Amino acid sequence: MMPPVDQAFVVLKHWLVSHAPSVTQPAVSVVLSIVPILLVFPVLVALTTVLERKGLGRIQNRYGPNRVGPWGLMQPMADAIKSLTKEDVVPASADRAVHFLAPLVLLAVSFLPYAVLPIGRNMVAANLDCGVVFFFAIGAVSEISVFMAGWSSRNKYSLLGAMRAVAQMISYEVPLLLSSIAVIMAAGSLSTVTIVERQSGFTGIFPHWYVLTPWGFAGFLLFMIAATAESNRSPFDLPEGESEIIAGYYIEYSGFKFALFFLGEYLGMFAISGLGITLFLGGWSAPLPGLTWVPSWVWFFAKLLGIIVGFIWVRGTLPRLRMDQLMNFAWKFMLPMALVVVVSAGAWRFLPSGLIRWLLTTLLLVAAYVLLARGVESREKIVKRTYRFAE
Amino acid sequence: MFGMGIVRGLAETARNFFGSFVDKDRLVTVQYPEERLPVSESARNFPFLIYDGEDKEQGLRCVACQICEKECPPRCITIEKSKDKKPDFVGKPQFYPAVFDIDVSVCMSCQICVEVCPFDAIRMDNDFELSTTDRFGALLWTRDKLAMPNEHYLAIHPTEAAEVEARRATEKAQAEAKKQQPPVKQ
Repeated sequence: MMPPVDQAFVVLKHWLVSHAPSVTQPAVSVVLSIVPILLVFPVLVALTTVLERKGLGRIQNRYGPNRVGPWGLMQPMADAIKSLTKEDVVPASADRAVHFLAPLVLLAVSFLPYAVLPIGRNMVAANLDCGVVFFFAIGAVSEISVFMAGWSSRNKYSLLGAMRAVAQMISYEVPLLLSSIAVIMAAGSLSTVTIVERQSGFTGIFPHWYVLTPWGFAGFLLFMIAATAESNRSPFDLPEGESEIIAGYYIEYSGFKFALFFLGEYLGMFAISGLGITLFLGGWSAPLPGLTWVPSWVWFFAKLLGIIVGFIWVRGTLPRLRMDQLMNFAWKFMLPMALVVVVSAGAWRFLPSGLIRWLLTTLLLVAAYVLLARGVESREKIVKRTYRFAE
Repeated sequence: MFGMGIVRGLAETARNFFGSFVDKDRLVTVQYPEERLPVSESARNFPFLIYDGEDKEQGLRCVACQICEKECPPRCITIEKSKDKKPDFVGKPQFYPAVFDIDVSVCMSCQICVEVCPFDAIRMDNDFELSTTDRFGALLWTRDKLAMPNEHYLAIHPTEAAEVEARRATEKAQAEAKKQQPPVKQ
């Protein structure tokens, strides 16, 4: 028995579709699936910007925005009005068409992945059999829009930023994909809906989430680190490093085009967090058997909020990496670790369930972690510099 | 252990985050329009003219000597001397400024006008909430806007004003004494 509020939106949609003229029913159904996504997630972005600024403020012992509206909650409105009324500057030597298209492409590809994210039970815009593949295919297009922005601006900083962004995104796509392959192997499906359903059962009080297995936990951490790099969030925000290349590929964008980039970046962050929830945290499924009465979409958004808080926390904590550190970390640690996760997920599948399975996979992952950490940590020791002629 | 530094950093930021809700000493930001820090006695930004007594016209200390106008580095002061004279605080007839304008968009708050003034007529104000919606008219301060009572000076710069008051009191007493004694015969 499903509680009615859980399926309220699904029932509402079916009711609305059934009242439309039969010729327009497919189109109405599509529109009713898309419009909520186009409305809910940008509003969530607006709320997140306030949450982020207030959270970062508190981390730095400041108040954060508290002037516009109650507790500063209307700050995004002020920001939107500001960016809409600003002058839209296009450099004289820029490639105008590409410069104009770049933010639109980014925004379009930021919205597309939501099609395969199950936000609740029976609440998915398109239940594709290859949902995860679709997600990553669309995610790769955002690199093109970043490079379009960097190239068309005809500015050395934006080009450097775009090259950094593309290098970083391609490097981190590999561990991102490999850590999700472990989940796909365990679930035996590429459909996001099926993956969530596989995780919605309980053993005792523990849900069947993949994050609660040794390989799933390691895979989740790898996935979230790679997701941080994919969405260009701190500490992987080199493409827009203010201190080195001013704003990276954003540099020649102002006014509403900049706001679109900002929106696209946050939407991309939510989408990849949503995929992380779907793959590892059981999607819309409840964390405890006694809590299944809570509507499924509440759990999805609660988990999303938790991950966003994690992103903000990490941003408030870690300084920006250097380019060589970024690349070393991706290729020397993340990639081999992701391969070990894939192997341990395979071992988990074929070993008989019990304590021995836990011990073996945990041992495999810990050993790999310790050995790989040695490789990353061993670097040239910084010694006090001696001068031959000075002093 | 690899990765422990990140965990320690996260713990530190979490402590700051929750601490800022519990410990009021952490939040040092002054919420400006509602809360204000006391303005320091030595704070200064733009000049004003002092007048004694009640009447702006009669009490204005400025004698239109135009020293400040000539000394002003960005030349933001405009003075026009009056045709007639009025008695100053010791009773001596003096000119007064028919026009005294300061263009505050030009003034650089150097205080040189204050340093050179021999009549203690111009001093620095500490009012900093000076924004206007009119870029031109509202930034040209005329004599009426510049004139402030001596009590204002005593209030904002008490130490400095006390010295000036004492000096002026002795000057006045000397002038009175001179007036009392008949001039010595040659």
